[in-house]
Amino acid sequence: MVFSIILLITDHHTNMLRNVRSFFNLIIYPLQTIASTPANIGIWLNEQLDSHQSLITENESYRTNNLLLKAQLQKFTSLQAENIRLRSLLKSSRKLKDQMLIAETIAVDLDPYKRQIVINKGQRHSIYAGQPILDAYGIMGQVIHPGIVSSSAILITDPSHAIPVQINRNGLRTVLYGTGAANYLEVQNLPNNADIELGDLLITSGLGGRFPEGYPVAKVINIIRDPGQPFAKVIAEATAHLEQSREVLLVMAQENKPQLLSEQITKESGSSDE
Amino acid sequence: MNNKPASHGGIVILLSFAIALILCMVQIPDYLKMYRPEFVTLILIYWCIALPHRVGILTGWSVGFLLDIQMDSLLGLHAVALAITAYLAYKLHARIRLYPLLQQSLIILLLVTLSQMLILWINGISGHAHGNWSYWMPALSSMFSWPWIFYLMRTIRRMYGVN
Repeated sequence: MVFSIILLITDHHTNMLRNVRSFFNLIIYPLQTIASTPANIGIWLNEQLDSHQSLITENESYRTNNLLLKAQLQKFTSLQAENIRLRSLLKSSRKLKDQMLIAETIAVDLDPYKRQIVINKGQRHSIYAGQPILDAYGIMGQVIHPGIVSSSAILITDPSHAIPVQINRNGLRTVLYGTGAANYLEVQNLPNNADIELGDLLITSGLGGRFPEGYPVAKVINIIRDPGQPFAKVIAEATAHLEQSREVLLVMAQENKPQLLSEQITKESGSSDE
Repeated sequence: MNNKPASHGGIVILLSFAIALILCMVQIPDYLKMYRPEFVTLILIYWCIALPHRVGILTGWSVGFLLDIQMDSLLGLHAVALAITAYLAYKLHARIRLYPLLQQSLIILLLVTLSQMLILWINGISGHAHGNWSYWMPALSSMFSWPWIFYLMRTIRRMYGVN
């Protein structure tokens, strides 16, 4: 009993039990694999029973989509080159590309009151705590407990999660909190007269140094401006398909720590290779 | 724990716990998630009643610990809750055995509610409490699933001669 309480307190306040957790995760992993089989069988059956015709149409749509994306990418490359050139002119460096690792979610349920997922990559694939996770549509969350072969990640909708964002339209910075409800997030601390509109896209601001800058997070779907309240209540819907995505991307950030201004200046004046 | 020399079928006990852990994380539709019975607690209580000399507080603690890892909750959270549940089930096992099934179910309701309350308290202290009536739903569903689990487990226990 006493031991358990000590354990609880240690785990709550420190990071010491990280290795214990990742070790026992290895025991749980086969169970997780078994537990995810019914869901996987469902997906497999779905794939098998798809008719030939629907596969052809799907393939066709992928092809046109691919063409469109490639065309956009051509423009993007020239823009990127231009951006790098301009930045070098301004002598400011910024990482433009992030390395990605693809992981799959394991189809298991966790605590229904938390918003968490399990992914099939762990410390063996150099996953670390705090690593951002995204899908094709936006930020999903971050890794909290990396195991050896699988890790658990917290979604941005978890009630204990907050993510620094800015409004894409005007750069207004704020913090987006999870609500615990699927797909919904909340901005709690914007004043009533803040310049925020329905349909505004919220993107990561890169503040805090955990999430890379410029990825879409959520779209504003409801604003309640109550004059009696000090802050406006803003509800946003996550752009990422939080409850559906099977494949997720993990950002492998090399060095994402915020630097002191003086440090940065000396570094940049010293070397201008970026 | 081993005061009976001819104790065998440990594999069955282990397997039953493994299956309970799996049942706790098999994906089910969102609207059913609130009603998922606490399979691990039920299986633990069953073994505590049926084989109090083999399954007890230590087993409860270990299974709870694994559940913590699996659920990604605070380490020791389910461990404490299940250890206390196991202790109570162990204390009451002689009585529970004699009760008719209906009364047993009520005791189960009590035990599961208690363990959930412990979890809620600890969560509250560490700042993640979720105050919602549906939080207590698993206790009710556990109560209703107890008779089936009891019969199933008793059949399995007799079939494999676990003692």
